[in-house]
Amino acid sequence: MSEMKAAAYICRGCGIGERVDTAQMAKIAQKEGKMQLVREHDFLCSAEGVKVIRDDIEKEGVTHLVIAACSRRAKTEAFHFPTVAVARANIREGVIWSQPEDEEQREVRQEMADDYVRMACAEVKKMKQPAGNPNVGHSKRLLVVGGGVSGMTAAREASKAGYQVTLVEKTGALGGWAARLWRRVPDREPYRDPIDTGVQQLIESIQQDPNIEVRLNSVVASTSGAPGRFTVKIATESGDCVSDEFGAIVQATGFTTYDIAKLPELGGGKSPNVVDQAGLEKLALEAAENGQPIRRPSDGAEVKTVVFIQCAGQRDDTGKHLPYCSGHCCATSIKQAMYFKDANPDVDTVVIYTDLRVPGNGEDFYRSGQAKGVTFTKGKVSGVEVDGGRCKVNFHDLILDDKNAHVEADLVVLATGQVPVSGVDIEKHQDMPEEQRKAISVLNLQYRQGPDLPQLKYGFTDSHFICFPYETRRTGIYAAGPVRRPMDIAQALEDATGAALKAIQAMENAGLGRAAHPRSGDLSYPIVRLDGCTQCKRCTVECPFGAIDEDEKRYPVFNESRCRRCGTCMGACPVRVISFENYSVDTVGAQIKAVDIPDEFSEKPRILVLACENDAYPALDMAGMGRHHYSPFVRVIPVRCLGSVNTIWVTDALNAGYDGVMLMGCKHGEDYQCHFVKGSELATYRMSKIDDTLKQLALETERVASYEVAITDIARVPQLINDYVAKINEIGLSPMKGFG
Amino acid sequence: MGDLNVEAVERYRNNFLKEVEERVEEGHWVKMCMQCGVCSGSCPFGPHWAHPPQELFMMIRAGRREEVLTSDSMWMCTSCYNCVVRCPRQLPITQIMHGLATYAHRLGLAPKNQPTRKFSVLFWNNCTRTGRVNELKLTLGLYFSDGFIAGIKKAWALRHIGLGLLLAKRLNPFELIKGHGCKDKKGIHAMLKKAYEIENRRKGFSS
Repeated sequence: MSEMKAAAYICRGCGIGERVDTAQMAKIAQKEGKMQLVREHDFLCSAEGVKVIRDDIEKEGVTHLVIAACSRRAKTEAFHFPTVAVARANIREGVIWSQPEDEEQREVRQEMADDYVRMACAEVKKMKQPAGNPNVGHSKRLLVVGGGVSGMTAAREASKAGYQVTLVEKTGALGGWAARLWRRVPDREPYRDPIDTGVQQLIESIQQDPNIEVRLNSVVASTSGAPGRFTVKIATESGDCVSDEFGAIVQATGFTTYDIAKLPELGGGKSPNVVDQAGLEKLALEAAENGQPIRRPSDGAEVKTVVFIQCAGQRDDTGKHLPYCSGHCCATSIKQAMYFKDANPDVDTVVIYTDLRVPGNGEDFYRSGQAKGVTFTKGKVSGVEVDGGRCKVNFHDLILDDKNAHVEADLVVLATGQVPVSGVDIEKHQDMPEEQRKAISVLNLQYRQGPDLPQLKYGFTDSHFICFPYETRRTGIYAAGPVRRPMDIAQALEDATGAALKAIQAMENAGLGRAAHPRSGDLSYPIVRLDGCTQCKRCTVECPFGAIDEDEKRYPVFNESRCRRCGTCMGACPVRVISFENYSVDTVGAQIKAVDIPDEFSEKPRILVLACENDAYPALDMAGMGRHHYSPFVRVIPVRCLGSVNTIWVTDALNAGYDGVMLMGCKHGEDYQCHFVKGSELATYRMSKIDDTLKQLALETERVASYEVAITDIARVPQLINDYVAKINEIGLSPMKGFG
Repeated sequence: MGDLNVEAVERYRNNFLKEVEERVEEGHWVKMCMQCGVCSGSCPFGPHWAHPPQELFMMIRAGRREEVLTSDSMWMCTSCYNCVVRCPRQLPITQIMHGLATYAHRLGLAPKNQPTRKFSVLFWNNCTRTGRVNELKLTLGLYFSDGFIAGIKKAWALRHIGLGLLLAKRLNPFELIKGHGCKDKKGIHAMLKKAYEIENRRKGFSS
């Protein structure tokens, strides 16, 4: 792209031509925006309109486009010109639909439209059409860590899609926990009886699959690299170590059961007749092998009464045990009670629960359990007394409000739930000795941020529970099965399939130098001007995805394939040496400076809105669609994430005479919704530090405000804007006007 | 009747649920209750009885035999069927209530002075004797069930209605003396006897 030729296209369709003066906008594009070519069109997204643009690109050599029409989120297919840089001025949703139609408002509405044209013209000239990251790996081989149901399913699904897979299992056999079950909860009609686990067939299909290489008794000794080119050392028990390259990784390391020895009050560890659900499966398997009914472990006596205690060490709000529900235990207990009832209906099976949670078709299975005579008792178990072979379960009957209810049982089964096997908690075990870390680490990542995946909640590895299941915060590494959240076999099968597909997507995207979600397919990538870098490490520390390592000289090393293109590094950099080809400190800075600031006597404030493109900007667009009107004094610039907001934009805006800056990002904190995990949180933190700057400029701290906005806040966003404008009017316009 | 109770206790030991399942009309539904409490919440008499259906079902599962069978709760059911309509598990709750009441009565455990029970016994005896309901005897029986004085008082209070019925030829005073039966009284008695036998066999009653 040796020479820049910029063209602006102004659409008159969708009522734009009636509400604003497009001829004036065209003039502005030409004179102020310095566009070499300006055209107005009645229906720009029509085949004919698009052809006009295409012809200009081909025949006139246009390299930079401004399209002043609808929001950048609309008509993306029509206005897709991959060879040139495109900036969109949002005249439809952003101006004519979000402003009243009456003539009175014509002046301010026109100013708005003119400004958006100015901004787009300024932006486009700072943009380059991204060519994609040249530093890519092309490995399409998938590594699956964990040989249980989740791991095997992920491997098989990837293989079915035509990909080569290596499956690493630390024990000597495939199958995981599921292989240790006698039967599983049914996954199809009529949901009445426990069914065969199907694990054996799955193992056989894995063994016969030429695309899948299975490595038993092996662990991952080290993982380095990035999607498309992970280098993984796999250590076998004998001490051998092989190194291989992988395109993506699925971590399906599953769970362990909560240790029943931690539940002495429920008889855990005190008697062989108190077992957990896994322990009962073992008894059931042994009994099935001998063709005998399940017997009491202590003395081999017949089991006449068995009591299942739900939520043993789970859903615990005292902080002593697991705080969460493992989701599968209710159905599992029903299944296990059926082991007894199906063999001998005279065996008394009592399930003591506080809430019976059998989601989905589990309800049918529950009903089947009742029909078979399993007794369900709503109660809270206060303790289990062990005396010889018998156990006495004391509980508070919650329906009859009988605090002294009890059952005598031969066997007590505790539903203890699942604890994820997710390796080192990198946030808590920073200071752990290297050797200890190695022992418990699953992936042994050679990343600056730590050897394993960051953990979201209670040790489960996931990155975004609403928008991006399977995604961990390490691009190209996906979690599947109970390591991600507690689940049963049916869910694990689905989960593993999802994770395998995500991993394939990541490998393919990485091979083409493109971003993973949420900017899937984005060719831009962070470019660093290292000669200006001061080694402050903010980018390496703040990158939510561990995409940035450090070299020996403590300069940042960008692993573009790990990057999700949020720009958090760009927002963090105090010397502003990080940028994207089509999104940089300059592209946004130029837009901010392009806005025409009226003088202080005009009574027309100017407020800059930096809106996250994931939630806040769509909400603003939808507000326009719903004709929720908001103040004409705001100028909205979409940003990839609030994390990419560099404080210089804010200080520049205030210096230039803007009266206020609103930042709109996603919810952060505990139940965050930020698509880049930490961006909106970081932005709020950075903005809290801007108070000093404001004071230096002798400005009120209210002139910079950040808001948490959800995509559904369609009516709330205009309200936020109007309230803020009212507040600015109260404080008075900025004294900085005219100095910019 | 006491014998029947002793026999039942002996036979079912701790398993009252099983006893209900086998011997109570529609009793096999009790185990299907999922304790949602919609029946109790829907019952117009709910606040007025000791144990709403949900609780009765729980007591059955908890093996509280004595407490359930001597309770007067199931006698309070007015058969409005609100619970049956609303039960998400489609349990015939009204029928179970009546089944429980009947069973308790047969065992001789039902509260002796429970008005619903008293009326039911009166009605049953009245209509099975001749194969027809003798309304005059039934009414008077009801009036005098609480004693002679109370009977006279009730009859006096309602004398205008009685007189009206008499004038409209809706009430025949000679029914008090004789009363007319159905065509085949013997047949009715034989039928009821047979039904009783069948029921006993089906529910495993020895007597």
